[in-house]
Amino acid sequence: MNEGVKQKNAKLVRILVFVVVGMFGFGYALVPLYDVLCEVTGLNGKVESSAVKEVHYEIDKSREITVEFMTALNEATPMVFRSEIKKLKVHPGEYYTVNFYAENKTDKVMVARAIPSISPGAVAEFFKKTECFCFSEQTFKALEGRTMPVRFVVSPEIPKEYKTITLAYTFFDNTETSVK
Amino acid sequence: MSAVVAEHDDHHDHHDHGPAKGLLRWVITTNHKDIGTLYLVFALAMFFVGGAMAMVIRAELFEPGMQFVNPQFFNSMTTMHALVMVFGAVMPAFVGLANWMIPMMIGAPDMALPRMNNMSFWLLVAGVLLLASTLFMEGGAPAGGWTLYPPLILQTGKALPFAVFAVHLLGISSIMGAINIVATIFNMRAPGMTLMKMPMFVWTWLITGFLLISIMPVFAGSVTMLLTDKFFHTSFFDAAGGGDPVLYQHIFWFFGHPEVYVMILPTFGVASTIIPVFARKPLFGYSSMVYATASIAFLSFIVWAHHMFTVGMPIAGELYFMYATMLIAIPTGVKVFNWTATMWKGSMTFETPMLFSIAFVVLFTMGGFTGLMMSVAPVDFQYHDTYFIVAHFHYTLVPASVFILMAAGYFWLPKWTGHMYDEKIGKLHFWLSVISVNVLFFPQHFLGLAGMPRRIPDYAVQFADWNMISSIGGFIFGASQLLFLYIVIKTVKGGTGETVTDEVWEDASKHSLEWTLSSPPPYHSFTTPPTVIPTEHI
Repeated sequence: MNEGVKQKNAKLVRILVFVVVGMFGFGYALVPLYDVLCEVTGLNGKVESSAVKEVHYEIDKSREITVEFMTALNEATPMVFRSEIKKLKVHPGEYYTVNFYAENKTDKVMVARAIPSISPGAVAEFFKKTECFCFSEQTFKALEGRTMPVRFVVSPEIPKEYKTITLAYTFFDNTETSVK
Repeated sequence: MSAVVAEHDDHHDHHDHGPAKGLLRWVITTNHKDIGTLYLVFALAMFFVGGAMAMVIRAELFEPGMQFVNPQFFNSMTTMHALVMVFGAVMPAFVGLANWMIPMMIGAPDMALPRMNNMSFWLLVAGVLLLASTLFMEGGAPAGGWTLYPPLILQTGKALPFAVFAVHLLGISSIMGAINIVATIFNMRAPGMTLMKMPMFVWTWLITGFLLISIMPVFAGSVTMLLTDKFFHTSFFDAAGGGDPVLYQHIFWFFGHPEVYVMILPTFGVASTIIPVFARKPLFGYSSMVYATASIAFLSFIVWAHHMFTVGMPIAGELYFMYATMLIAIPTGVKVFNWTATMWKGSMTFETPMLFSIAFVVLFTMGGFTGLMMSVAPVDFQYHDTYFIVAHFHYTLVPASVFILMAAGYFWLPKWTGHMYDEKIGKLHFWLSVISVNVLFFPQHFLGLAGMPRRIPDYAVQFADWNMISSIGGFIFGASQLLFLYIVIKTVKGGTGETVTDEVWEDASKHSLEWTLSSPPPYHSFTTPPTVIPTEHI
């Protein structure tokens, strides 16, 4: 192989290796891109992870939306977790408080985190919470049981076709990762 | 790195004009033909290993109920069968073909980066061995499917990090192979061999090389995230820490969809090489073939979420991915029509490579059509994760990629060895394969439409009949492939004893440069560049 070809090879390899490294980085860049996309569009039922200020809305008495509450435990999370009511008929613009009950079944301190999800995903932007136990990790003493409120409002801007909203929480046992 | 490669290559060129003596030749070789042979032999061996795993699957599914293996091992078999076939058999086989054929087709003495070539082969062996070793680990081999979806895959026992590192090694090996092929095609062509005169196989590999360079790093990243999620408390896919398992599916399929085209584009290339020779006509629509291949490669990057229509995407997303996926049917259709038009009014003869190629055109089209069915988002909810999709992708991989690899074997074995294979047994192998592969996979369409899920070791009794027929087809198909092994060994050892001409097939040298070399070709292909560039294929 003559020198010219060798130099061309070396140059091309450098470019291609650069592409490889770039694509490895792109794989990681997909993580924030995905989050940004979910946040902007409210896809995938991703909900705001912090409280919104309580603002006054015009209550729309003419419409009624059913909000269902679902609770779940991630595999092997030793807890009791339920909502006090299974569903609630709400008027857009009115504030409601629903209580959830969670109990640590172990005799050790437990740190747990509830992850919310809203279905259909497109309504996530209209479902606003002023108070929620899901905004931060919850610490339970041994065998402690606790009632925790969620205060929310469905914004009156929600399109008319949505009649039912499902709000689901899943508790994850984060004790091990949090202690460290 | 490249400087070192070049230096060693220099040394090689000046002092070594034939193969080294003894077994060490195969370990240290930097010769494109030796490495091509290593790749092909390794791929054939892995084809039988992966095939044995498929036999375990079909044996267990022969009847409802649990017969031979426990569910965990069954799931390991489906996972390992896929990984071994994709990364151990089909991809290495095409890299092997590329190593053997590309320098000969473009009139080069060897690959551009011979030392790296050797390294990428041995990394492949290390990767596959590492992967195979997980079968013997506590908790068994990965059993969450070849897509390695979390959170299920994170429940793998001791094997998880080994599987991840195996994927890293396989990825590095593929990337190095791809860089080498791209560099060879760009820099080593003989004078006069312009890009638009290259044989289609070279074109498809050039595009495949770019696909590999772009996607393998993304896959390496996604499995690395799995690893850190499991062992270093990151939360890429762990909802408890704010992650999302659906994110994995997006990243995986960003790799995964182009990956399936990595296996099919070189298949197209070989088909476009073989069909014109036996139709005794130029390839119909050469430049449209080139552009169609490039379009398919481009589209493969923007359709990934059609693998995940059921994850709860918004309607706009479903529609976009549905229509984008349907677009792929256009360049693919161009190819199928071009192959058909190439045969139209040709003076066709039906030697074994041509038989396999024609079966490829017919059966790949069937696999393509079921793919088009699944691209329709609303009906995909019925097909998703059923045997229908198993039937679909096996039609595009077995009677397409694998058949074309067989065709390539028959087509080039006489060139590689200088001996003729046994045409009678070749045809027997073809007919047994083509009938049994349909008995094996066609009933799986019915099973899927009736609702049988994939990746299950046991099933409801209404699926019993078609499963039994499918298994019988599977056993016959598996056994038939031993004929291929027999033919290859026999041909290498002297074949039928017929003398093989340089061009082997009538007028083949008008289509591509490799047929202008002796059979078998010299150890270094074109030490002086060829003067005449064949253009019959254009």
